[in-house]
Amino acid sequence: MVKKGIQRFYLIVIFLFLYLPIAVLVVLSFNNSKSRVNWGGFTFDWYISLFQSRSIMNAFYTTIFITLTSAAIATVLGTLAAIGISAMRRRGKAVMLGATNIPLLNADIVTGISLMLLFVKFTRLGMSTVLLAHITFNIPYVILNVLPKLNGLSQNTYEAALDLGATPLYAFYKIVWPDIRPGVFSGFLMAMTMSLDDFSITYFTKGAGIHTLSTMIYTELRKGIKPEMYALSTILFLIALILLLIMNYRSREDTVTERRS
Amino acid sequence: MRKLKRQLCAGPYIVWIIGFTVLPILMILYYAFTTPDNRFTMENILSIAEPIHFKALLLSLRLALECTVLCLLLSYPLAMILNGLKIKKQSFIVFIFVLPMWMNFMLRILAWQMLLSNNGIINSILQTFGFSGISILNTPAAVVFGMVYDFLPFMILPIYNSLVRIRTEVIEAARDLGANDIIVFFRIILPLTMSGVISGIIMVFVPALTSFVISDLLGGGKVLLIGNVIEQSFMQGMNWNLGSGLSIVLMVFVIASMAFMNSHTKETEGTAVW
Repeated sequence: MVKKGIQRFYLIVIFLFLYLPIAVLVVLSFNNSKSRVNWGGFTFDWYISLFQSRSIMNAFYTTIFITLTSAAIATVLGTLAAIGISAMRRRGKAVMLGATNIPLLNADIVTGISLMLLFVKFTRLGMSTVLLAHITFNIPYVILNVLPKLNGLSQNTYEAALDLGATPLYAFYKIVWPDIRPGVFSGFLMAMTMSLDDFSITYFTKGAGIHTLSTMIYTELRKGIKPEMYALSTILFLIALILLLIMNYRSREDTVTERRS
Repeated sequence: MRKLKRQLCAGPYIVWIIGFTVLPILMILYYAFTTPDNRFTMENILSIAEPIHFKALLLSLRLALECTVLCLLLSYPLAMILNGLKIKKQSFIVFIFVLPMWMNFMLRILAWQMLLSNNGIINSILQTFGFSGISILNTPAAVVFGMVYDFLPFMILPIYNSLVRIRTEVIEAARDLGANDIIVFFRIILPLTMSGVISGIIMVFVPALTSFVISDLLGGGKVLLIGNVIEQSFMQGMNWNLGSGLSIVLMVFVIASMAFMNSHTKETEGTAVW
């Protein structure tokens, strides 16, 4: 009994530790005072003025564009790469996995700087350089999510389908895709999360005048965060919460089959 | 024949690796070993020995180590408790720890700054209960606190994943053979979760060693980490060669720490984080 109680208490403490700052930000988004310390009453004003703030909305659109585009491109490239890697021999596989781990394990700041040095040499920093950088650090997450699903896959079924006259694309869609789909989706989701939360790499590879939400927050840190930013974060957090809950609910079947194997 | 065709799928990715992983590293190496007028030099690398840089590096190593140890101490029991809950949906656990990432981490750190400040919420609560307030803001301890907050999920998830994978039969067998809780933990559970622990350590130590934003926010400009020195040499000092040189030193430390960790595990596969 006591042991259970201690366990519950510990879980609650960690949960508070993780979610307390989020609660603070949500509360601040309803605070009718520009000050961060005083509670000036409840208001929806920041949620309204948010949509009239061009700078925040621009940064928001940029962020969404980069997150979705980089995650989508990384998912396609990463899934293809995983298929290719799984067909490789030991040696090739090891080399490819080693290379895949570089952006994953390298420090963000070093990845950001090295990409910046490359980009300034050959082109100008702008939106496209941020996009390229994000795709680069997103691909490994997709590969690492898809590859385990491919390894569990029987080669023979796919080959049998080809022998029975299926085109490779049809065989892929009918045989391989159903098995790797959960991996592809979780890879995409991971990529999106990483891209959305990234600051360092964006900071070094973005051109002047381009802001994602995180670089905008960084520049605002010194002169004070606009309350609209809290409102936007709250909205984004709620959307993520709903989306993840839906996906969690829908992926239940996958989890069940996974456990059995 | 078919195998070759499938291998070709990796083609675009190989091109991508060469262009955006290998080439950038060559660029940073080039900058690190040259002067602004393109002559060879070792000075950028050796400048790590300058007192201010060396102090920053030592402080970074110390704080990253503290952060990693704290994360490990917090995560292992937590992962065991979570595993004990026998939640059918493991994805739900992952979900709880990934969700906070959808709120920008700088804003979350900023919220901690408010909570921890001298007249912040935590101190008010402490004082109403008669405790003396804490003032850790703008100290290295605050930076460690922020790091632990930010990187904790990266330690919890791999450990939890490796714990879930242990089959209950194994533990039951050990018990049938007369092992008590302590023996089961040290002889069965701990060795079987080592790969998760190792990936957790790497996933926490490396970002902690190289972060510069958290020290900016919670250190109040008083805590200078090697990441801050590099960032400043690029964004303020405009000394790209020096910044590249220090980045290379940092990279060497990252690689060395990973090699050290890997040499202490037999398993080469490691555990995926998610």
